[in-house]
Amino acid sequence: MKVALSLAAAMLVLAGLAPAARAQEAGHVKVVKGAVQIERGGQKLPATLGAAVQSGDVVTTGPDGSVGITFLDNSLLSAGPNSVLAIDRFAFDTTTHQGAFESSLQKGTLAVVSGKLAKTSPEAMKVKTPAAVLGVRGTEFVVRTGDSKE
Amino acid sequence: MTRAVVLRRLAGLASLGVLLVTGCAKPVRDDLYVLLPGKDGQAPGALTVESGGKQATLDQPYAAARVKEPGHVEPSTVTAEQVQQAFGPALAAQPMRPASFLLYFLENRDDLTAESQQTLTQVIAEISRYPAPEIVVIGHTDRVGTLARNDTLSLQRAGRMRDELVKAGVDPAKIRVEGRGEREPLVPTPDEVAEPRNRRVEINVR
Repeated sequence: MKVALSLAAAMLVLAGLAPAARAQEAGHVKVVKGAVQIERGGQKLPATLGAAVQSGDVVTTGPDGSVGITFLDNSLLSAGPNSVLAIDRFAFDTTTHQGAFESSLQKGTLAVVSGKLAKTSPEAMKVKTPAAVLGVRGTEFVVRTGDSKE
Repeated sequence: MTRAVVLRRLAGLASLGVLLVTGCAKPVRDDLYVLLPGKDGQAPGALTVESGGKQATLDQPYAAARVKEPGHVEPSTVTAEQVQQAFGPALAAQPMRPASFLLYFLENRDDLTAESQQTLTQVIAEISRYPAPEIVVIGHTDRVGTLARNDTLSLQRAGRMRDELVKAGVDPAKIRVEGRGEREPLVPTPDEVAEPRNRRVEINVR
């Protein structure tokens, strides 16, 4: 019975649940150097090439680490060493290009090339730091945040 | 003298090359926000920096804002060299820019035109440079023939291009194939008009 149940569950996953699980997906790791981790629900996962990044993930880089992520709307975010980048919210409708992308750089450095979300509506993309909120209107920019002693 | 004035003067001294003496009661922030010129020479758009009710709008390449404490947004300008110094590793980790390619087909067939057959090699070479690629192949037709026939034909064209990519070593699991039939012509025409520019496959890679 248990086997039958888990088989049925597996088939359900294959048939219909997989797209639902993928709906959380925000982007993929395309560049990774040195120590980079993805924190998700209290777990720390290594950020390998091609790994999925989801809404709610926190990406951290070590002293020798850097990471580049391409999001589903073609936004490109890349972080330098000693950085903490939270993907607070990512929602993208591939048909209308509407949605929202909010991330926060808690410390470190970040380079951004905005994608379709920022093009469709100027309010859609926001990047926060502990000291500021950035509004993005279709653009490329860099962000550094932290104490000057760091 | 308010603390803000003190901080501003200290910052001024620091920019003259005098070391900022630390030891203030609160740690001073070292935030820097810079608008970059667009890669493809397009207008750079704009970035608004808001901190504690104060706001600055950056709309020129290398326009910058410094925030040394919340509520103090100092407009500034930096050089390309300074950006490279402060953000080198983050910029070096930027993923490749997503790209889109068009290939054209013979009338009512899923064979490429001679010209597109030539460019196919370059297109595949370019796509193969992407690490962990995600690829979408979208087939289209012109408006000659029935909707149903064109749906089939557009899928066949996209399928042929998928096969070429797989033959070149691209993981089939990373390729999504779609057919749009005659619904999304590049060049709008009345029905039943032959239009070579509409007989195409679009390959998007990121």
